[in-house]
This record gives sequence, structure tokens and C-alpha cells, in this order.
Amino acid sequence: MKLKSETCEAIDKLIPQYPVKRSAVLPLLHLVQGDQGYISSEGIEWIAEKLELAPINVYELVTFYPYFRQEKLGKVHVRVCRTLSCALVGAYDVADRLAEALDCPLNTTKANGDFTLEYAECLASCGSGPVVLVDEDLYEKVCEKDVDGVADTILAKVNGSVENKETA
Amino acid sequence: MSQKTGEKLISVFIDDEEVRVPPGTNMIEAAASFGKEIPHYCYHPKLTVAGNCRMCLVELGMPGRDRATGEPLLDEGGNPKIMWMPGPAIACGTNAAPGMHIKTESDVVKKCRNGVMEFLLINHPLDCPICDQAGECHLQEYATDYGRGYSRFIEEKVVKPKRTRLGPRVMLDDERCILCSRCIRFCNEIVEDEVLGFIDRGSHSTLTCFPGRQLENNYSLNTVDICPVGALTSMDFRFKMRVWFLSETPSICTESSVGVNTLVGSREGKIYRITPRRNDEVNDTWMSDSGRLLYRELEKADRLTQYSIDGKATLPDGAAKEAADIMRKGKCAFVGSGRSSLEEQFLLQKIRRACGNGPAWLVGRTGAEDELLISADRNPNLRGALVSGLIDRLPQARLTELSEQIDADAVDTIVVWGEDLLEAGLTEEQLEKVTIVYCGYRDNATAAHAKVGIPGLSVFENRGCFINQQFRLQSFLAAVPGPEGVLPDVALLVRILNELDGEGVRPRIESIWQLMSDEIESLKWMTFAGIPEGGQLISCEAFKDLPFIEGKSLHYDPEEALAAAGG
Amino acid sequence: MPAEERRIILKHVDDPEYTVDLDCYLRHGGYAALKQALAMKPEEIRSEVEASGLRGRGGAGFPCGMKWKFVDRRSGKPIYLICNADESEPGSFKDRKIIHSDPHQLIEGMMISAYANDCVLAFIYIREEFPKGARILEKAIAEAREQGFVGDDMGGSGYGCNIIVHRGAGAYICGEETALIESLEGKRPYPRIKPPFYPATLGLYHCPTIVNNVETLCNVCHIVAMGGEAYAKIGRPNNSGTRIWCLSGHVQRPGLYEVEKVTIGEMINELCGGMRPGRQLKAVIPGGGTMKILRADERFQGKLPDGTEFDWAIDDIPLDFDGVAAAGSQSGSAGMMVLDDTTDIPEALANINAFYAHESCGQCTPCREGSLWVKQITQRMCSGGARKEDVDLLLSIAGEVGGRTICPFGFSITWPVESYIGKFREEFEAKADQAENENGNGEHRLIER
Repeated sequence: MKLKSETCEAIDKLIPQYPVKRSAVLPLLHLVQGDQGYISSEGIEWIAEKLELAPINVYELVTFYPYFRQEKLGKVHVRVCRTLSCALVGAYDVADRLAEALDCPLNTTKANGDFTLEYAECLASCGSGPVVLVDEDLYEKVCEKDVDGVADTILAKVNGSVENKETA
Repeated sequence: MSQKTGEKLISVFIDDEEVRVPPGTNMIEAAASFGKEIPHYCYHPKLTVAGNCRMCLVELGMPGRDRATGEPLLDEGGNPKIMWMPGPAIACGTNAAPGMHIKTESDVVKKCRNGVMEFLLINHPLDCPICDQAGECHLQEYATDYGRGYSRFIEEKVVKPKRTRLGPRVMLDDERCILCSRCIRFCNEIVEDEVLGFIDRGSHSTLTCFPGRQLENNYSLNTVDICPVGALTSMDFRFKMRVWFLSETPSICTESSVGVNTLVGSREGKIYRITPRRNDEVNDTWMSDSGRLLYRELEKADRLTQYSIDGKATLPDGAAKEAADIMRKGKCAFVGSGRSSLEEQFLLQKIRRACGNGPAWLVGRTGAEDELLISADRNPNLRGALVSGLIDRLPQARLTELSEQIDADAVDTIVVWGEDLLEAGLTEEQLEKVTIVYCGYRDNATAAHAKVGIPGLSVFENRGCFINQQFRLQSFLAAVPGPEGVLPDVALLVRILNELDGEGVRPRIESIWQLMSDEIESLKWMTFAGIPEGGQLISCEAFKDLPFIEGKSLHYDPEEALAAAGG
Repeated sequence: MPAEERRIILKHVDDPEYTVDLDCYLRHGGYAALKQALAMKPEEIRSEVEASGLRGRGGAGFPCGMKWKFVDRRSGKPIYLICNADESEPGSFKDRKIIHSDPHQLIEGMMISAYANDCVLAFIYIREEFPKGARILEKAIAEAREQGFVGDDMGGSGYGCNIIVHRGAGAYICGEETALIESLEGKRPYPRIKPPFYPATLGLYHCPTIVNNVETLCNVCHIVAMGGEAYAKIGRPNNSGTRIWCLSGHVQRPGLYEVEKVTIGEMINELCGGMRPGRQLKAVIPGGGTMKILRADERFQGKLPDGTEFDWAIDDIPLDFDGVAAAGSQSGSAGMMVLDDTTDIPEALANINAFYAHESCGQCTPCREGSLWVKQITQRMCSGGARKEDVDLLLSIAGEVGGRTICPFGFSITWPVESYIGKFREEFEAKADQAENENGNGEHRLIER
């Protein structure tokens, strides 16, 4: 597995911070997914070896946490909160409209890999619902009339940036 | 109840009845010691407590104390006032403390069990008639005891992988898995082979191996034993026989000097599986996969079934008489086996003394040890040969001394019990040169050269004792009958002995034990029937200077053993 | 007197001039409390916190001073501090604001708490969905470290402690403190069984560990600054301090309200500007998705712990730990969801059930199977497949989960089902009556707008 040199540097800096190596597994998964766009089988084995774990220990986590993906996400990751507070103020309609505007069914990745559109569980911004998280940018109080604007921003992002934005 | 003498006991109350147990005893065990079963799936006495199945929920209370004074609170009758916890607690996660009360039969507890059973069954296939676990399935048993009896579930069941090959010997059906994590804990804690894990989450959680890895360690089949349901099955055993048809005979594994306690499951003379039998001093509840497959030896074609003289069939009496005649005349050497029972070794030793006390050897067998349940000494009963006096040194793998004595014409007759001389380093020429009395269940090169051939029985067809590395005397019984017409080895040994010295020993195991307890100091007063289920440690004082080769294993530490022997 | 906010924690966050950098924080008096604390003995700080009566703001409302008291200080093992910033309870969004707008306040509170408890290392476990928050915190920690507020030899005291920002990856269960610890150890975040794994004795790496919520730790700054006794005078007795309420749903002005003593009525009608025009209040979920729903037209009667009898309308319920508890629910993480008369209660329950089914870790049987089952039933009921018997079936299942699981998550299955049906049974029964006329698609959504 070929990681960018800055990813490798970050990994090597990060591991010794923890009193126990294994604690670095989540941060490493974040870094590897940020680098590769997803966590491959090879990525799991690489991390396991780095932290002296059995691959199953890493695999158990990759599949537990919804944020980690074993398949490439779209270039832009769009998450529409569907939990009660947002739902009360129209999140489902916003999600439907967004799916229409992007021509991409919910919980799928556009065939050309441009973006992934998903429902998310509570994004902890309940007072400003409905909210849509586009990569790291939170769009608040998104009404149906705002959807086209959000969709345009997403499409602009797709065209503007080549790689998936995960820079944490 | 297992208690060590002198250990302080405390009182706990199970459904208002007092039970005395050591402090800290797991409450499932405390109840069991009192004859009360608290149903459970995830709890296993030899693994860490996971507490995930929630089947063992009980009501829990402790004697109350006044907050201000710390004085015990008393009820109207002057008895300790029990402060019951507001919600149920898991018995498996509760350790006995003085005055603790649990209720295992209250309405609350019944409701808890009923609820857990229902939850476990809603996504279960409910296809017991085609499930191989039927008959030894806790889900099935507890459903009968604690279940609702009908289903309220009309939603779609969660679909999970079926028939996943976890490794060369273990098959997984995820839809039957109740996620108790026993198998994962076993691999991590006992074998330290982290291959199993849960993936995904919630009701979709699924037991699996990392893709490309396998559950292939030599203890993998223990996961099948401890799986409380039909999720993990043995590829060797699945769908071969319904378990309720099996009769299970206590036996001892011959794989090494650890002396793993086993149960041999058989039906109508055929062995279908071997499983471990719990012995907390030897193997806990585990055994190796390789040990489980030893019964296949019986299926091999090279079985010796005919008593013979010069290759011609004869009857046992004729063979015994001829053997005795040969021994009387020749310069006789003896090759015994560390796989023979103590009784056989003892009789062979008596024969040896009766015909001139010729030299005797054992064939050494060694291999890599795994620090768990396979020791470096692959003879299950080397200690028996020492205790019986057949040998007084540790054996070598090759019979070099015997070979030299044959070449020097110091030996012209060899009595071989259960070994193959060619395998043990002698040459064809040397076998040609001597007269051989052979007894064994294998038809091998030694048998081919034997003047007298005596068919023997395997451990599965025989009964007797082995003495393991701890000097623990352990008995085994016959699980299946031997080939037609083949008598137990001791029957022939006794006949030969009687021919030689005319003592008139009877070929009953009780009689042999009478002799042994008379002649062997460390077996004094003992009888075959009196050997406890978990075996009996005997004195190893006489052998403490021998350089035994075993290192540490699950319940054996050579240094401790030496210290115990006063060395 | 009209109800008003009393902002202590959120004092500056809405000031457009207020930024997240250290200079700004220092200009507003930041890190004075830490300097003050470092001049005190750790046990003095602990007794101030105990005297303050501060109760944990994460959900259970456990007294912070007592939590610190339970820490095993004689084990010889290192003591760890963890800030629980995994804010995931539906309806709660206060920690987000603090992290994104006033990170140094949290860092200061953490460092005081770490010093007070002689912690060797501190962690902020922050949910993945706050990627910017994580970066803001990291930057703030770096700034604070440069100025000697974090790291070795803080302010020349000889005491040193570092902070590691640790990101989650989308799991509500990590808000449960022992699951969080497992997650931080790099294991599947399965809550631990208690006993024996109480964090105060057997926490992170089996060492004594303190896990406190973001808002709780921020409060520690102000307790040190004003003294425990003065702090204890804020709010009602046993409910000391201000509380940041997260208002969402059908009110005119949803958002964060830091208050001292207000009622539900004052909160909704005055601070939040009331319901939307032409709408009536139907129900309130006072403390996050787990908590029991309160029906607008019910009376709440009973006796307070001090013996006073009460007979409240929903508007009269005091918004603090004890007030909401007296009304039969809990203030939890102060995520208050307001539902008006357009809301279909069974659909609201289906929504909540779907959340908890998605988030159940699956470790123990009742929660793993029960969460999915109640989700399936409510979903079916809301999409045309309701049966008469479903209402009692739901109640029966819910009764088999809460209190029988490893962690309190079980109540997130039990309480919503029991309270929504208990208070709005007729709406659930109506679903069965409508069922014959509808053709559900299996998806449920809330009627809105």
C-alpha cells in the first residue's frame, strides 16, 4: 500500500502520543481513509501490522463505525440528517429534493463517483435543522428552496477538486 | 462442591437457602454447587466474564447497613434486612459476598429469561430438525424451559451468511449465532490466536474471520464444544450422527503425557467423535484438534486380528504357551510401550522377572510442545513404565543399546509389546537374527518377523490406566469392542505369566490391581474402581532425579512438580 | 419579570468579535482561573467542586465532586481525564457550540480538572461529525501549549498534562463512558460490565479514569473563579449552576439557551418566542431522544423530595434536573424537542426507534434484538401495516429491554415506546384502523410544514 509521505509522517508522529499503541487504531483509520478514500483489506492489514494487532481487530472496527468505508466514497460526501429534530422540520423532504437535484438516489454513490448522498443520524445541530453536511461544511436550516443552491455548491465542489476532501 | 480444606467459607442465600462457598465464588457456580442451574449462554467457567447474553439475570440483595452508624439493619424478626437492587443483575458477573441473597425463581427472573429467550429466537432460523446441534443445544433446551412457546415476531428476519468455512475443521452458520463471544474469547484468551471477531453492529453483528485468514489453530474445535448453539459445527462430525444416539465413554487422550481427559462418543461399535472431559487439574474443558482425530487410527487397514505362530493362525492359549516357551529358552530382551496401560506394563515387568530379568526398554517419543495440552513427551504413559518398574531410565527414540546387544549376540529373543522395532531403529537383518514375540494392534514390520503374533487392543477398546506427566493416575474405559476374537492384552499377558511362573493370576483387572497395590508402594491400598474421576496423584518421589523433558503446559510446571516431590 | 438567560458558559460565543484564538480568550480574562487553580492544592479544588454541587451535564446528572471522589488515588496507577465530546443524543447540540466557538474555555476547564485530580494525560473524545471542531481544538491546544497552559510544567507549577484530541467515527454508543474508553483503547466500543469496570477504578487501560462532559468541564473554570459556595447559589438547590438547553423542533426560535431558573412554559413561550403561528404545543421531549415524552395537556402531580406537593401543567415544569424528573422524565443532556399539533406521534416514535436500532452496539441480547424489533414494528405501523395487537406488543417488548442490559442504552428502547404509547395510545390504535385503507411503502417520515 502506497501512502502519501505526509500521511506516513502524521502516522509516525501520532502513534507514540498514546500510552498504548492500540489506541492509535482509530486515528490511523482516519488517516488511511483520508489518504486512500477508503479502507481496503490491504489497509486493514497494514494498520494491524503497524500497531502489532491481528487484522481482525482492525476489521472489527472498520465495520462497526459507519464513517469508515470499505469502498470508495464519491468525491464529495453529502449527509442529510434524518433524526427527529431535523425530521420535524422537513429533513425528509429536503433529502428527497436533494436526491432529485443531484439525480442520485439516497444512500448511494453516483455511478461516476462524483458524490455520495446519504442519510445521517443526528449531526448534533438540532436547533438549526434541517442540516446537510457536505464533507466538512455544515449547511443549516436548509429549506426546500435552498436545496438547489446546496446542490450547485456540491456540483461545483465536484468539479473544483479532484480528490475526496478528508483532511482532518 | 469443590472446596479446599481450610479455605474460609461464607454464607450466601440462594432462594432463601443457605449455601457455604468460598468468598468471590461466581454466583452461577455457587448455585450449581447447590444443585441449582442458572441458565446462561455466554458465561463459561474457563473464560473471562462477558455478561452479554443476559440469560442469567437474577434478583440480587445484600444485607442492609445503617448509613450513619454502619450497623446492620434488622427486620422485625431480628434477621438481617435485605436491600434488594432495583433491577436484576447478571449472576455471572456477581461474586459471592457474605450475606448475599439471590432469587433465581422469582416472577421478575422468569420474565427476564422469557424476554431474553424471545429476543434470541426472533432472528434465529428455528429449524432444529435440520440443525446438527439439536440434542445438545442450549437454545433448544432453554426454549423448552423458559421460552414463550409461540412467536410474536412477524417482521423480516436478519439475513446472515450460512455455511461459512471458518477453517479446515470448523463450519459457521451466522444465522444461528447468538453472539455470546465464547469462541472469540477462547481463541484470544486460551490459544492467543486472534482470528475471530464480530463485524458490523447491532442486530447485524456477525461472527467472522478476517478475509483470507482461517481458524486453523490446533484447538479450533474447542470453539465447537463451547458454542452453546448450532453456529459452530465440526466438519468431521456434522451430520454424521444425532448426538442422542451416541454413548459417551470416559477416556484419556494418548497424544502426549498431558493425559487430556476425554469422552469418546460411539454408536454400535463405531466412534464418531472425541470431545474433552472437564478436569480442572489437567485440561480444564479443552483438548487439541489432533487428539480428537486419533480415533481414525482404528479405521486404518493395518489391523492385526489373528493370533499366530510362524504366521499360522492359532488360538490365544496356544500363542501364550508358545510365547512362554520361547521366553524360557532364549536370552530375552523386552521392549515395552509408553502407550500401553499401567496394567500391561506391570504384567510385562512381572513376565520379565519370571524369565531371567532380561534388559527392558521403552521407545521414546518426543515432539514440539505447545505449552497448552501437548507436551514434549508423546508417550501417554511413560510414568507408568517407571512406576511399574519396567524401566528405570528415560527412554530413547532409537533402541541403540538393544541393537548393539543383538549384534553382540547378547540377545536372541525379543518380546515386543505395542511397538515396531524397525521404526525404533533396528534393521531388517537384526529382526531376522532374533526370535520375536509381538503383541500390538498394528500389523507392522515387527509383526511380519514375529514367531508369535498376538493381536492387541487400542485404547478405545481397552480399559486401564495411564500416569500422566504430573504423576496423576487416570483410568480409561473401553468405548467400543475390539475385533472379533481378540482378547484384551492383559488376558494374554496373564496367560503367559501363568505359563512362566504358575502363579495362577486371574485375568481380571481387579486381580491385577490387587497384585499391583501389593507390590508397588505408591499404589498401596488402591483399586481400579477406586480411582476418582479426575484421577489421583501418586508419589513421584522415587523419580525426582530423572530429567523429564516436559516444559510448562496448561496445568503443569516442571519446577513445581519437582518441588512437590520434595526435590 | 420576563424570563431571561443567564450566560456564563455561553457568555461570549454569540459576540461577532469573539474568535477561537488564544489572544481573544486571554483578552476576555481566559486562563485566569487556571492560574488561580495552580496556586491551590489539588484537594482544595476538589472540595470547591464538591461544594459547588455541580452535576454532570452529559445526561445522568451525577454529582461531579462525587465522581472525582471515587477516583482510586492509591492504586499507584496513572489517572486519566477524558472529555466526552461525543455529543450524540438526538436533540443535544450544546457541546458543538462550545467546541466550535470557545475551545479554550474547555481546555482551561480540562487543565484545572486534570490538575485537581493529578491526571497524567487528558483526552478529548470528539465525534467524527465535528471535523472542524477537532481541528479548532487541536489548534487551540497547540496555542495553549506554547503559552504554558497545557503540557509540561504548566505555568511554572511543576505540574504537566497533555491533551490528545481523539476522533470517533460515527457511533452513538461511544457517548457511554465505558464504551468510549473501549473505543479509545482501540477496541470495539462495547460498554463494560459494572461491576467491576467503574472508570474511577478500572477505566482507561484499567487505570483510574475521569470521564466528564464538555459543559461540565467548562463549569469547573467558573467554580474555581467564583468559588464553590458562590456557584452553588446559582440555580435551585441540588441543581446548581446554569444549564444550557438545546431547543429544537417547532418553536419560533430554536437554539441554545443558558438559563438559571426557568420553566418549560417560559422557555417555549418567552425565550423561544412561542410556537409557530397558528400551532399548538402537543408534546415536549425534554432531555434528548432517550427521555420520556411529556404531553401538553396532561397534569403533573406528585411530591418533591423536600415534601412539597405539586400539581403542574406542562408550562409549570421547572427546567432543571429535579423539576423534569418530578414530571416523570429526565433532563438528560438538555436536548429539548418541542412538538406541535402537526406531529404524528407514531411517526416520531418510528424515527426515534430507527435511530436507536442504528446505534445499538449489539453486544447484549435485549438491546440488540429489541431495538431492531421495535423499529420494525413502528415502521410497519407507520406505513400501512399496523395491527391492533401491535400497541401492546410494543409495550411488552419495551418492558423487556430497559434495566436488563449492560449499559443504560436499554432505556432508549424502553422509555420512548412506553411514554409515547402511554400518552398517545389513541394515535397508535388509529394506525391499525387506517391500515386497511393504506398501502405502505415501508418508509416512514414525519408530516411537516
